[in-house]
Amino acid sequence: MAETEVSKKRKRPIVRLAVLLLSHSVLVSVICCTAGVFGLLLLPVLAKNTYISENALMPGSASSMLSNQEVSEANKLIKELNNLHSNPLGATTESHGIIAKYMSNLGAQVNNHKFHPQLNQFHPLHFFSGPDSGVMQENSTRSLYGINTVGIIRAPRGDGKEAIVLVTPYNAVKGGVRETLSLGIAYSVFSLLTRVTWLAKDIIWLVADSQYGEYAPVAAWLRDYHTPAFSNLDSLNTETCHVGNNNFESKISYGIRRSGTMAAALVLGVAYGNENEDTLGIYAEASNGQMPNLDLINIVHYLAVHRQGLRVKVEQFHWLLNSKWVKSLGEVFESLGKMVKTLNPDWKLGISAADYVEGAATLASSLYHQALGVPTGPHGAFRDYQVDAITLEFSLRISFDRLDRRNDFLLHGGRLIEGVIRSVNNLLEKFHQSFFLYLLTSPSKFVSVGVYMIAFALLVAPLPVVAASLYAKTLDLNPTSEKDKSATSNELGSVLQSWKWLNSVKTVFVVHFWGATVSLLPYFISQIPDSDPTTNFSVWILLSILSLEILRWILVSPSSHIYGLPQGEWAILKSATISSFFIGLGLMSVINFATAEIGALLMVPMALMAHPLKLDVRGQSLRSILRMICNLVLGVISFPPATFFVFKGVIEGFSGIKAGDFWNWVESLWAWNSATYLYIAARS
Amino acid sequence: MQIEASLWNASWATDGGRMQISLSYAPFEARYRGFDVARCSVDKSSDMNQCYASHYWWNEVKKFRVKEMELSFTQGRWRYEQWGGFDPLSSNNAKPPGVELWAVFDVPQSLVDVYWRNLTHTLSGLFCASINFLESSTTYSAPELTFKPSFGNLRYGTLPREAVCTENLTPWLKLLPCRDKAGLSALMDRPSIYRGFYHSQRLRLTSSESGSDEVDSGIGLEQTLTVVLQPSSWRTGKTYSVETNIQPSWSISSIFGRNIPGKCVIAKSSNVYLHLDNGLVGELKNLERENAKYVANTFESEGFQSNHAFKISVTPDKVFEEVDYLHGKSTSVIYGFSVEKYSDSQPFDLGLTWKIPVVWSCQQAPLHASRFLMGSGNERGAIAISLESTESSEGLPTSHIIDGRCELRVDIFQVVPWYIKVYFHTLQVFVDKQPRAMADVVDKIRVSPSKDKVSPGVMEMILKLPCGSKSAAFSLEFDKGFLHIDEYPPDANQGFDIPSALISFPSFNARMNFSEDEFLNNSPILSKFQETSPVLSYTEVLLIPLTTPDFSMPYNVITITCTVFALYFGSLLNVLRRRVDEEERILRSRAGRKAGWISQLLSRLSAKLRGRPQEQPTSSLPYSFISFRLVLKILLVASIAVTWQYYFG
Repeated sequence: MAETEVSKKRKRPIVRLAVLLLSHSVLVSVICCTAGVFGLLLLPVLAKNTYISENALMPGSASSMLSNQEVSEANKLIKELNNLHSNPLGATTESHGIIAKYMSNLGAQVNNHKFHPQLNQFHPLHFFSGPDSGVMQENSTRSLYGINTVGIIRAPRGDGKEAIVLVTPYNAVKGGVRETLSLGIAYSVFSLLTRVTWLAKDIIWLVADSQYGEYAPVAAWLRDYHTPAFSNLDSLNTETCHVGNNNFESKISYGIRRSGTMAAALVLGVAYGNENEDTLGIYAEASNGQMPNLDLINIVHYLAVHRQGLRVKVEQFHWLLNSKWVKSLGEVFESLGKMVKTLNPDWKLGISAADYVEGAATLASSLYHQALGVPTGPHGAFRDYQVDAITLEFSLRISFDRLDRRNDFLLHGGRLIEGVIRSVNNLLEKFHQSFFLYLLTSPSKFVSVGVYMIAFALLVAPLPVVAASLYAKTLDLNPTSEKDKSATSNELGSVLQSWKWLNSVKTVFVVHFWGATVSLLPYFISQIPDSDPTTNFSVWILLSILSLEILRWILVSPSSHIYGLPQGEWAILKSATISSFFIGLGLMSVINFATAEIGALLMVPMALMAHPLKLDVRGQSLRSILRMICNLVLGVISFPPATFFVFKGVIEGFSGIKAGDFWNWVESLWAWNSATYLYIAARS
Repeated sequence: MQIEASLWNASWATDGGRMQISLSYAPFEARYRGFDVARCSVDKSSDMNQCYASHYWWNEVKKFRVKEMELSFTQGRWRYEQWGGFDPLSSNNAKPPGVELWAVFDVPQSLVDVYWRNLTHTLSGLFCASINFLESSTTYSAPELTFKPSFGNLRYGTLPREAVCTENLTPWLKLLPCRDKAGLSALMDRPSIYRGFYHSQRLRLTSSESGSDEVDSGIGLEQTLTVVLQPSSWRTGKTYSVETNIQPSWSISSIFGRNIPGKCVIAKSSNVYLHLDNGLVGELKNLERENAKYVANTFESEGFQSNHAFKISVTPDKVFEEVDYLHGKSTSVIYGFSVEKYSDSQPFDLGLTWKIPVVWSCQQAPLHASRFLMGSGNERGAIAISLESTESSEGLPTSHIIDGRCELRVDIFQVVPWYIKVYFHTLQVFVDKQPRAMADVVDKIRVSPSKDKVSPGVMEMILKLPCGSKSAAFSLEFDKGFLHIDEYPPDANQGFDIPSALISFPSFNARMNFSEDEFLNNSPILSKFQETSPVLSYTEVLLIPLTTPDFSMPYNVITITCTVFALYFGSLLNVLRRRVDEEERILRSRAGRKAGWISQLLSRLSAKLRGRPQEQPTSSLPYSFISFRLVLKILLVASIAVTWQYYFG
């Protein structure tokens, strides 16, 4: 011992600091975790006001040209479509004809795009679908199809290198004013844009046939736009469609017309609002938590609030708005802010409690939606092609049936869209100035990557420290135990000793592998014909248990001497899992921050607390029982579906290897990709 | 006679800013050598104006040994579907957006590039445009197969992004005998020209090296301004409903805002022609047949000038009918108006008033070409060229039957910048949506792969498509390259342009045949129409987003570099000045002393936390550097900072 002390003394300050951290790993991890959670809670306070970063955008600098004339034209279209819906026979096909006719009357180039909805293709690496879906569509996809109508205005003096896309999902089967109003807004803007001279980018108006969901038609159109099939094998758009007896129908081609590279896309929707004001909802989250450039949201917000007098909202968790603890937390922050202000009036940290609650609710939903990795609207399809896109959902105070109200609404909505298009049209380069990595706390406030990463870093900081200290501890511990046990300290033994971590890494790898298998299983299960969700589900559980047992039998059992050495072995195992977990989290935070953050919130405490149950049971002391309870509680919390609780019991009852193994499993699932996590959540 | 010299420090003059002029060496002394003055000899009798006329500086053409040259500035795109793609007007005058320059030189092949460079620089200065960017070998190419028959002395370059404006038009107008002050060119009112959908100013130079002609030194200059204008009454917002879609009536004064005040004094002739294309004529003939009232065959005698569909305000001096020998389809009609008899007091103002709605479509090129990008992402993609047959191709003469097979010849000429690394072996051909082997369709292909930072990739193909084919498509895959940081343009995030591809149909000739020949000789434009030229069409310019560095990076890089350097040098210094034994001695002596009470307390606390029995207190802990004094110092500094902040902050 004395020798080691001397060698330690010689070490340089940075090493000594590391040693200090390691020796106080418990304290460090508690402090860091608390700080991380606190930092996360502090984010709404630290949010900055948004600002328009790209000067070329110049939103609102030109006066709006949209007048009542366009609105009355749009009303004509709405009326015609609504009349059509009163006799539902053939409403779908005729509505396409009517929309196409209106478009081409404006001088736009029109084409129809026919697509087969890919109803939730279930693919192991493409989890963007619900779990219970992939079974029944195999035979029916040929007969099902939807028709998108696409109109293109060529910019009169532009060179056609770039385009702005306007998308209006329209369900002709459902019909109703709500469906047609968004068409009305788009049409009024479109008719204005055919006449203006300032257009530098082409305008593409896509009327997406949303009878099979809003995402599918947009995704299908984008796919065909970017990767057309030249060969006849996929003869989707070539087969003629003789449904409409309208002679106009026959003139419209089914070949895709193209314009240039897309600069931005706006998806319009109308919802029945039950609020006191006309509001505009902005949905921005695309697949895998990608966000459009903040400038796009900024200009929409600026124009909606300062020009059209609309109230802008982004998604919130409403249950958080009423929760007591958030409110009290807000009050605490408010008083803290006031105190800070008395110290220095320049520090503007304080926000009011109400603002804090709003911000927290928005932030939570923003985190949640980014973490899920499922786009919140059809705009998500654009992000896959690196096009910045958002969905704008108008909601009205009163019903749309009153004409004057409706006109007013169309005028405001149209002017907003016109303004946004004009701003994007001004843009010489693509969106690149503002942020891509951010969390919204309100439509006009955001937390940028530099701020929220701190909270995350604090949260995961204890992981390497704990892993290292555990490993160091076992290294310290083992030589003595080895001396006691083995009579002859041969070389082989010491070599084995130093390579012991490989064994535990193998265990970790096996469990990860099992997790991956389990997460892949549903794909194969979904291939089984004629099965309902419950059987699927039970098959899944059975198979996963089976595979676990097989894996354990094949790989783990040779090293079953783990049981023999509980104290040292489990510590090494834990340190290996923690370090792999840390690497996983670090990588994940680069790919999808929100998932990593939520995952870290759930898993880090558990990872740190994990301790073998058997030892705890044997230990009988108050501390170990407390720890055991903590472990169990955390295990349940981090595993929302109650069904999986049984699962966990099964694992622990059978093998009693480690509680650690169990969270390993969750973690590996989770690290697989963000959609896998979604998959677990969706199962519940 | 005088010689002027000027010093230029503009980017075009200084080799892109590389060879700056240092004014510290002023005053400069200029020496002129090897004069070859292209003089303008003035007889006492003749007018001095002659020297100001067009061919004065073009004597320099001799210097550049240009055999043939064409320069065009274009804004907007020609809409082949609406404005036609078959007649001589569209296939000669439709140009790709931006600047297009090609020139054939009369020098040995090894010297062509040098002469090309000189030419671009001269033109750049003359037309106030960045044509000098065509100097770099990455921007121009030497087509051999498809563009024009040439023997390695043709150079072709485009600048798709060049913005065209009045500063390019003014030098162009200066070449006209009366500039824009008199004659037809008086119409060229800048606002009305630039308000239009499309305008393209073109300058073509041919030097005939026949040698026998002593006059004019065998150089011909041809200037064309093609404008597609929007009648001022067009869609003023009154009616959207297309049920009564009557064509907008127009007159020269309403379109241009000016009249023609007679001819330019030194012009030989100035004429205005009104061309009714064959689609319209066919439509009018149908109307004639339908309306029994207008039974009198006005068409035969006086053209359509007073029919019931429209009315022309000025009686034409001449009417030309196109003679189609091949099939008796409707042919186009051209009205000729001579402006010589008009004057300031009685200007020429041609107008056309529609009476009934007539809808017709222009004659299309046999195949409509469009080009687009495929794929997404910053790594790779594909260029696709798709050719779709138009209606007009069905009734076309099948005069190009080769070896018993009816074939349609299509030439494609495509230049791709080097940073788009096209893999030519990935060329896929689809005819009528069926994949075809390349050998079946491609008759001849010439590929010169791009060299990084040296030359662009050029692909020339001569295709033989089966006659009845409805569509054809070609796709080529490419990887996107990386540029060096100083190769990015200032607006790098806009993306990069792939210049237009040129699709030509050599088996179709865009020419008109007129029956009356005696007048045609006087009219250059009509004789131009009669020339045989292949049908050409340009595709769209494509915009490719490349990976672009974050240009705020330099700041971050500086920060990081500074940090790294500080760390490195810090530790290096540390190593250099450390004396190991000395340190050990000090540590030992310190260990001998008793540790401070705070560190003792801390050690005890940590021992509790770790749940291990407390170690020997004397075996001084590794972290005993947290001494009482240090804590005190920190506290002191902190309190000073807080008070400072509170009172003075």
